[in-house]
Amino acid sequence: MRIPESRGAASAALFEVFRSVPGTPEAARARAELESAVDEAIEASSAIVRDEDLQLTLFCMYELAYGGIDGVADLEWDPGLIAVRSGIEAAFEAELRTTVPVPPRPEPNGADLAAALFELTAPTPGPSLSRFVAKQATDEQLHEFLVQRSVYTLKEADPHSWAIPRLRGRAKAALVEIQADEYGGGRPQRIHAEIFARTLRGAGLSDEYGHYVDHVPAITLASLNQMSMFGLHRRLRGAVVGHLAAFEMTSALPNRMFGNGFRRLGYDEDVTWYFDEHVEADAVHEQIAARDLAGGLVDSNPELLDDILFGAAASLVVDGWMAEHILSCWTAGRSSLRVPLVVAA
Amino acid sequence: MEGDGAHRGTDAQVVACPDGPFLVRGDVEIVTPDGEPIPRRRSTVALCRCGMSTIKPFCDGTHRLTGFRTD
Repeated sequence: MRIPESRGAASAALFEVFRSVPGTPEAARARAELESAVDEAIEASSAIVRDEDLQLTLFCMYELAYGGIDGVADLEWDPGLIAVRSGIEAAFEAELRTTVPVPPRPEPNGADLAAALFELTAPTPGPSLSRFVAKQATDEQLHEFLVQRSVYTLKEADPHSWAIPRLRGRAKAALVEIQADEYGGGRPQRIHAEIFARTLRGAGLSDEYGHYVDHVPAITLASLNQMSMFGLHRRLRGAVVGHLAAFEMTSALPNRMFGNGFRRLGYDEDVTWYFDEHVEADAVHEQIAARDLAGGLVDSNPELLDDILFGAAASLVVDGWMAEHILSCWTAGRSSLRVPLVVAA
Repeated sequence: MEGDGAHRGTDAQVVACPDGPFLVRGDVEIVTPDGEPIPRRRSTVALCRCGMSTIKPFCDGTHRLTGFRTD
């Protein structure tokens, strides 16, 4: 991924750190600027989840632990950057813990937790992004939809994989069973991120990781940053498990509608395979995620119940905000992107 | 069948999910009444139990829309 465009003082300072030679006075100045800019941005922000500058800064710091950023030195474990990242994470997590409504607490056992998660993720009637895509979205909006999804989906499943060595027994076997399927069961061409890359190419879009980062708004980055934050902290292993469970449990039915939307506008199986694959896959994954992953974890570690519920609720709420943003822009006749998309004809 | 070596030597397992599908793990062949194999694209599959799936014999999650109950 290339270094994106900055969105404020914090991301500008981070990219200055990325571009400067470590150990030089320029690098030291950029680091000092980054610390103060992040502190000021956190202080001034009324909603970190929608703060363009802070979400982009956090996203780029996390990217150092995934595929890396072109031309940037090995800064993944740089103590100064980790300290800055921790400051944003603490503010982001605190905000989520106060704004996300957590559902009623079931008894701390697998069966009751699974029932509570099925209740929490029950399909709801009324307007939704998936219904809009199925019935009404224009070709331009379908392209936007793919761009909005591309930042996470080109590394689909990766944030939750951080949790594997933090689990044991039933929960670990369940997570690995789900992730092995996400990663194609040993067949690279069936890796879900690769199937999505095929969808992007089929729609005439770039399949290069991070190609559209400049286009997507803070709330889209926040959806991914939340997963990375839950995944990268052992303390939050309950939350990452809850997040994956809720994600899988709200996927099969919407993906059928997403596929129908692309079929409606004449796209072929190269484009719709990704969505159709998720109808079948996630009908399997939701059972494993609710009963064996989340249920298995609470059976072995009942003290994690609250974090599992928090992670599940946070997944639904933040992704709900992202979907609301896209839908409200579209129904008002606007683009949902920060920077409009120019698609080659 | 693709990937069929993964479970060799282990027992096949069918999980009856409350209010949901049958999850099938292990070395089980799914066939039509004529014995024609139905391609199995993943090592664990969910078989429709509510009768409403659009991708039968596999589950597509529709049981959650119809309030399907197993007891």
